[in-house]
Amino acid sequence: MALLEIRNLHATVDGKPILKGIDLSIGKGEVHAIMGPNGAGKSTLSYVIAGREGYEVTDGRILFDGEDLLELEPDERACAGLFLAFQYPVEIPGVTNTTFLKTALNAQRKGRGEGELDAMQFLKFVREKAKPLGIGDDMLKRAVNVGFSGGEKKRNEVLQMAVLEPKLAVLDETDSGLDIDALKIVADGVNAMRRPDNATLVITHYQRLLDHIVPDRVHVLADGRIIKSGGKELALDLEAKGYAQFGGAAAA
Amino acid sequence: MVATPETIEQLRSVTDEKYKYGFVTDIEADVAPKGLNEDIVRFISAKKSEPDWLLEWRLKAYRAWLDMDSPDWAKLKIDPIDYQDAYYYSAPKIKDGPKSLDEVDPKLLETYDKLGIPLKEQEWLAGVAVDAVFDSVSVATTYKERLEQEGIIFCSISEAIQNHPELVRKYLGSVVPYTDNFFATLNSAVFTDGSFVYIPKGVRSPMELSTYFRINAQNTGQFERTLIIADEGSYVSYLEGCTAPQRDENQLHAAVVELVALDDSEIKYSTVKNWYPGDENGVGGIYNFVTKRAACRGRNSKVSWTQVETGSAITWKYPSCILQGDNSVGEFYSVAITNNCQQADTGTKMIHLGRNTRSTIISKGISAGRADNTYRGLVRIQPKAESARNYTQCDSLLIGDRCGAHTVPYIESRNPSATVEHEATTARISEDQLFYCCQRGLSEEEAVSLIVNGFCREVMQHLPMEFAVEAQKLVGISLEGSVG
Ligand SMILES: Nc1ncnc2c1ncn2[C@@H]1O[C@H](COP(=O)(O)OP(=O)(O)O)[C@@H](O)[C@H]1O
Ligand SMILES: [Mg+2]
Repeated sequence: MALLEIRNLHATVDGKPILKGIDLSIGKGEVHAIMGPNGAGKSTLSYVIAGREGYEVTDGRILFDGEDLLELEPDERACAGLFLAFQYPVEIPGVTNTTFLKTALNAQRKGRGEGELDAMQFLKFVREKAKPLGIGDDMLKRAVNVGFSGGEKKRNEVLQMAVLEPKLAVLDETDSGLDIDALKIVADGVNAMRRPDNATLVITHYQRLLDHIVPDRVHVLADGRIIKSGGKELALDLEAKGYAQFGGAAAA
Repeated sequence: MVATPETIEQLRSVTDEKYKYGFVTDIEADVAPKGLNEDIVRFISAKKSEPDWLLEWRLKAYRAWLDMDSPDWAKLKIDPIDYQDAYYYSAPKIKDGPKSLDEVDPKLLETYDKLGIPLKEQEWLAGVAVDAVFDSVSVATTYKERLEQEGIIFCSISEAIQNHPELVRKYLGSVVPYTDNFFATLNSAVFTDGSFVYIPKGVRSPMELSTYFRINAQNTGQFERTLIIADEGSYVSYLEGCTAPQRDENQLHAAVVELVALDDSEIKYSTVKNWYPGDENGVGGIYNFVTKRAACRGRNSKVSWTQVETGSAITWKYPSCILQGDNSVGEFYSVAITNNCQQADTGTKMIHLGRNTRSTIISKGISAGRADNTYRGLVRIQPKAESARNYTQCDSLLIGDRCGAHTVPYIESRNPSATVEHEATTARISEDQLFYCCQRGLSEEEAVSLIVNGFCREVMQHLPMEFAVEAQKLVGISLEGSVG
């Protein structure tokens, strides 16, 4: 059984149809990539999966590990093992990264009926996860995303993912705005998470991330529909020919 | 049975009957009838075997009070309070109070549970008649011995009046005179108890005072009087209040707190209060009118007020510092949370008299529901306060769109060498922030609590450690039901 099973998904924002019939199946242990021009509905898809208010599903269904995802609140989806790395990470003034991570991890553990980690156990755990991402204690002590550079924000999303150890991570343009070194750090972080029983959905605009996170399947999303799917060579093809061949807007 | 305002009223009218006749001369009685007059003031003083000077002081206050009007300038909607319809000494116990926790408002119990308050204490806070002796009483005794070794006096103000009359006489009313304001004057006439602290020269209090206050502050009543004196070069950190809402039949609370800091001394005064706010419509809530003032009398003296206030139907409170000594420092860190129909009008006054005096004000107001929250602050630089400095920061956070936040800074500078800075911000919790937190596994309520605690961090970090943890939980609890 697939980990994520999306069938004929239609969704509207402010009454405007954005997703117009999406079918997507991601199996355990797989990495899928969604590529597509600006405004295609990539972020909308990620928000619908995560259950954001205002993103209304008008038809279709989403199954997550066999469970009807659309029945769950956003926090319940998170506890069930769904993680979204935001295209635009949000600032939370006054809340340190450590506090945020600890609160989130313990909320999820509680949601799953596991015991909470105490401060010492947690600190050890988070430092282990932060080190390979080049995140030191100073960054852990700063308020969540406040005053972070673009690259720091993206690395911070990957840290959250590493700490929360989701079953399915959806990365929404985690590569945009990164230089090549930062890109490699992020990709290594994602690769380090790969397990036979979890999966990753990488949303990206550019092929270059896929040199580092090699996908099993690539899908092209344009105007709210998946118009083509293929292996990793599809990404190279897109890079060479652009999105124009699919009748969508040119890549920005 | 839960003591709703109606049942309290009914019981009162029954018990009133018993005290209709001939009480005034009968100081053997443990209760005084409803109402306020000179005889009641004499009764209280006699009950406590007070010296004549104190009775005279109370009577002067009472007479001054008769000529005063209840203030109406604060941005509060207050139903008139009938002062003759209240007890000023040992109100009769409500015999039909809850007999066990089964009879207590489940909502209240839920809150106790969330705060992790032990069962015994829960019974006690909820007003269940129990004879249990708490462990903390023996803890308190141990503390007392330790403090005595250092020469620190820490006792009820009634005991201090008996055992240290010279100190009480010298300092009582020296910061908040009996003529000060309507509520302080009323308090001066009828106060029944409160705390007294004296820290001798050069002594640093080895512990936070009143960490066991949760138990001991219970019966200090509605007119509490606190007096803290830090002698030269001494230091004390004092904690007031508790995070648990207390069932209380007294609608009006008018406390007075006076702090005196002599040369090179420091007083840190922290308050966490969670008054019973009344129901969603504010019915049954507590009116909280407190006069808190510190005199930084000595050179290089320092007082810092830190408060986290939530709960009461109406809060009217301006902890203040009079910076008399040269180089003295006043600080005010405040979090005020209002939800539902609560109203808070709070802030501080920093009065700079001495040279090089400095003050810092950080105020964080959070409003949710239909609540109103006003910061009202005065910074006054007197002509002799050469090079005085003030920094004020007032931040408001709104949750929902039916609540209000208001900032009213008064700045009076009479010395051109002074520096006064004021910053104010208003923000709303954004949908982006809530969704971000929920996506990480937090419920909406946990998300609000986390975001609000972040907003309050600059204040919370001034609280003593163990208090801060409780205060953080309290922030979350007091905002429950504010989203969604
Ligand atoms: N909150 C919103 N309100 C109205 N329209 C929106 C909103 N969010 C996205 N859209 C519209 O939905 C479409 C898809 O947007 P989005 O999912 O962000 O695309 P992508 O991530 O592929 O660039 C765009 O036409 C965009 O203008
Ligand atoms: Mg997008």
